[in-house]
Amino acid sequence: MSYPDDAVYSREHEWVRADGDLATVGITSFAADELGDIVYVELPEVGSVLTQFATFGVIESVKAVSDLYAPVSGNVVEVNDALRDAPELLNSDPFGEGWILRVELSDPGQLDTLLSAAAYAAETN
Amino acid sequence: MSVADAPGVHDPSGRGSAFSGATGGTSESVVEPLVFERSRPGRRAVRFPAASERARAAAIGQPVVPEFARRAAAPGLPELSELELLRHYNRLAHLNQAIDLNFYPLGSCTMKYNPKVNEWAAALPGLADSHPFDPEPLAQGSLELMWLLAELLEDISGFCAVSLQPAAGAHGELTGMLMTRAFHRDNGEGEQRRKVLVPDSAHGTNPATATMVGYETVTIPSNQRGGIDLGALRGALGPDVAALMITNPSTLGIFEDQIDQVVAAVREAGAIAYMDGANLNAILGRFRPGAAGFDVMHFNLHKTFSTPHGGGGPGAGPVGVGERLEPYLPAPIPVLAEGDPAEVRANAWAGRSTPGARFALDADRPRSIGKVRSCHGNFGMFVRAYTYIRSNGGPGLRTISEDAVLAANYLRVRLRDAYDLPYDRPNKHEVVFSGRRQKREHGVSTLDIAKAVLDHGMHPPTIYFPLIVEEAMLIEPTETESLETLDRFVSVMHDIAGQVAADPDSVRRAPVTTPVGRLDEAAAARRPDLRWAHDGDEETASPA
Repeated sequence: MSYPDDAVYSREHEWVRADGDLATVGITSFAADELGDIVYVELPEVGSVLTQFATFGVIESVKAVSDLYAPVSGNVVEVNDALRDAPELLNSDPFGEGWILRVELSDPGQLDTLLSAAAYAAETN
Repeated sequence: MSVADAPGVHDPSGRGSAFSGATGGTSESVVEPLVFERSRPGRRAVRFPAASERARAAAIGQPVVPEFARRAAAPGLPELSELELLRHYNRLAHLNQAIDLNFYPLGSCTMKYNPKVNEWAAALPGLADSHPFDPEPLAQGSLELMWLLAELLEDISGFCAVSLQPAAGAHGELTGMLMTRAFHRDNGEGEQRRKVLVPDSAHGTNPATATMVGYETVTIPSNQRGGIDLGALRGALGPDVAALMITNPSTLGIFEDQIDQVVAAVREAGAIAYMDGANLNAILGRFRPGAAGFDVMHFNLHKTFSTPHGGGGPGAGPVGVGERLEPYLPAPIPVLAEGDPAEVRANAWAGRSTPGARFALDADRPRSIGKVRSCHGNFGMFVRAYTYIRSNGGPGLRTISEDAVLAANYLRVRLRDAYDLPYDRPNKHEVVFSGRRQKREHGVSTLDIAKAVLDHGMHPPTIYFPLIVEEAMLIEPTETESLETLDRFVSVMHDIAGQVAADPDSVRRAPVTTPVGRLDEAAAARRPDLRWAHDGDEETASPA
């Protein structure tokens, strides 16, 4: 499996695509495939604060309920409301329409602690 | 011959001819209409007699339901004859996979057979017709039974007191953690101790319970042998930790062989040691958690003590405590108010009541966390569990665990060439396999394998749990199955492994012999349609 090169990845299977101090966060296609059909996602409120590697939400599939772990710290500025009615977007387009939230990075240096696409692919192989 | 004994060539589901060939494999066909669809106006299962003269006379002058509170129209209840009703529910029962019909190795659930003598006892009029609000002088038998059951559970577990109130396992956990919180608050450490440690091999309800009580959960990893990582545990323990919640044996079916060190470390840190007793069926007569230093444990009467499990049960999750938490037990507690406990017990074991003994409900418990369940808990389950314990006796209970462990180890050894075994060591009452080889080599998932088991007339094992095992299959045969049944399951699992290699597509299409085939589980979860609408209702509303 290959992953978009313009994102970085956490070992907890989230991706981060940064644009300056703003970053978009989602789960990887590997995570979505492992979970199977996703039926529910619990999103944080806009304005809440993420702490790197702490849980920020819950994702539920027909197989299991799993925590979502923040790959970076920062303030949540936008969440993908479309997921509330259509959690299947996480399966069908995890790197696109299935994005989960946008965050204002409090420490952009954290991006360097995450994995490149190639390194993440090697981890999940 | 019962349908369960007749898994014929044409009916591998074993359900009998009533269901053969009805719908095999399609998910749209209705195999049994809803009870509402069978309804015809005016049909009745029971016709009540007209009120007697005496009843009419007695009603005169009594308060009546005020106009505003009365229905404008009768509720739309189904109208059927008694025979139609009977057939409807019998058919549904036979469409189901149930322990009374088939092997049911659903790991972590202990779906053991429920002996019918339990039902005999629970139906005894003196118990069945008792009312939870009976005054104490009229409730002596029920109170004695509850007192005796608590005594037996104390003996079995090594705890000094038991509350029977909690209505299920997770409710027992909640009760235990509320007591934990009360204990730390009384010690002035309520604010300081904010964390609950939970091994990653625990039941999912453990972190959920801790969170509900307001604690932050910290996951402790397992070591390579499937036990708790003692170094990680010691590193996480500190003055901010309220409790450790440990499932033992774990969801890997492995007994924690460093449990003495685990308990010692937790107590040394001033934290409460909670044991999830859901897997008690593995250790009856072998390990007493209270004597080993645990502070609190819940029992699952619907697992270990053979009260009905599934279908609503109802469950029962009594909680045992050691001395540190005893003051916080839910009130009231059935007690022997007058009489000698040893004499009462001796008489009870001999089938006699004790003249002069008096039982009461002790509500004078100032540090109690309070009532956690209306009335006394699920009393009917107490009768069944008491019957089970008494009919087996101490040596019998020990044999139950030995047989449950033997059966699970037998399956481990017989199946380990067919499926990956991530923790290849002697297990307790359940064993976890992985379908990762089948998934990697043939693209057949553990879900597909589970569906294929249904085609052989058996309930599948638990799948995708525990979470720490990829493509997990958690198999718990319990002690109640014959060697022939275990061998048949082994042969089914071998057949399926062969089928995965030879014709993976056919496994992905399973099940084909069940009343309905693959259902759309994702759609059912995303857009549940839970209401049937009468003709003329505005819509078949589904709560979005």
